[in-house]
Amino acid sequence: MEDKKTPLLDELEKGDWPSFVTEIKKAAATKKNAKDLLNQLEKSYGENLGHWKHGGIVGVKGYGGGVVGRYSDSPEEFPDVAEFHTVRVNQVAGFFYTADKLRQLADVWDKYGSGLYNMHGSTGDIILLGTTTENLQPCVDELADIGFDLGGSGGAMRTLSSCVGKARCEKACIDATDIIRDLTLHYQNEIHRPAFGYKFKIKVAGCANDCCASTARSDLAIVGTWRDTLRIDNKAIREEYVEKGFNIVDRVIVKCPSKCLSWDAEKGVLNIIPEDCVRCMHCINEMPKALRVGTEEGATLMVGGKVAIVKGAMIGWVLVPFMKMEAPYTEFKDLLDKIIDWWAEHGKNRERISELIERMGLVTFLKAVDLKPLPQMVREPRSNPYIYWSPEEVENNG
Amino acid sequence: MSFIAVEGKQVELDEDGFLVEPSDWNEAIVSIFAKSEDVEELTEEHWKVINYLREYFKKFGMAPMVRKMCKDTGLTLKQIYELFPTGPAKGACKLAGLPKPTGCV
Repeated sequence: MEDKKTPLLDELEKGDWPSFVTEIKKAAATKKNAKDLLNQLEKSYGENLGHWKHGGIVGVKGYGGGVVGRYSDSPEEFPDVAEFHTVRVNQVAGFFYTADKLRQLADVWDKYGSGLYNMHGSTGDIILLGTTTENLQPCVDELADIGFDLGGSGGAMRTLSSCVGKARCEKACIDATDIIRDLTLHYQNEIHRPAFGYKFKIKVAGCANDCCASTARSDLAIVGTWRDTLRIDNKAIREEYVEKGFNIVDRVIVKCPSKCLSWDAEKGVLNIIPEDCVRCMHCINEMPKALRVGTEEGATLMVGGKVAIVKGAMIGWVLVPFMKMEAPYTEFKDLLDKIIDWWAEHGKNRERISELIERMGLVTFLKAVDLKPLPQMVREPRSNPYIYWSPEEVENNG
Repeated sequence: MSFIAVEGKQVELDEDGFLVEPSDWNEAIVSIFAKSEDVEELTEEHWKVINYLREYFKKFGMAPMVRKMCKDTGLTLKQIYELFPTGPAKGACKLAGLPKPTGCV
């Protein structure tokens, strides 16, 4: 093959940071499709035009998703990326792999695909970039042999994803990785056999720091929190922070969003009004050696996070202020089943749960999933001055 | 793009093997597609799904949502996958000659 020049892409190799161009070039040394990927991308940069066709239906036996069809719109010019499908592989919860398992994965992907990965995409999956239709089935079969399964795509429950949770983080209030593992095994059918009008994402964050962006990026976010009070070690505050020159007032007290903290400089004691604390994590992040999350742990469920399509981006809002998260998570699964059932029944094509709740109203939604309205569910001040009373409410309250 | 010969006529397929012209559909094509979509033998149940999809498409100009298809045909999703191992979109819709369902990313 003629070695084409890629001056525009080469610009992206300059500077002291990693470059995807450098990585694709490394793959291109042995893989023809990686070389053509560079060539096609160079052309796109020159023309400001993408050269992938929209969509494509490819798949493997027994699965309705997990593989996304990609075809070049210029197969004569770039024959080695004429078919360049993406395979979504369900990641291990919290992204913990052994080096040996990664080598096995790499062996399979070197054999059947481009050798290029995206670890991890915002879906949470291991994204394998670029293979042919013919190679799909044997590739997925061999991935299964080494213990990997496909992730979700299309109108399905998408690959569930979490932060590292209790496995590596002392701030985690819930066992994020165990929740992901349990739900993934429980909802295999919903993940692999798309039956919804659009995607449904679940992410689990161990605490409100939300390292996996669950509130913004999932339809149902499980965010770790606590019901009792922040644990305060005043001796550690003094010795580890204040006496070493840490400005506790500027960095913690005035930054508390609900103004629930005060610092008694004379006694060297941090005071808290527990009922005003919103569990935002800021003080704990600033003084991790002295402050800890409470002991009565559980999760806040947030509904409605998403990015574009029918309406613009939305951020999740509180659906359940506090739920205990203990295996086998029956209370959560019961609620999730009701949510999905209502959404799948009433949602239009490509309508996410938040858009459906907006269209049909929060009250209708809450009735369908058997939840009582709570002040915490209020997302914004009301702009409509009229109040709709249902006939039963008028009957009961006169 | 590729072509297959069906009863002496050249029929055009897109890169995923779907019909480019829905009007090219006939029963002979179903048998040919069945092979590529891992359907071993076309049974009455297969035809029930295929005919349902064609009727729905004729009426509404699009493929039904999967849930609707299960309800209307009385088949569970699991049964649909047993009939069409490559799934409702890639398998059943292709056999029924429907245009390729759009973007499922």
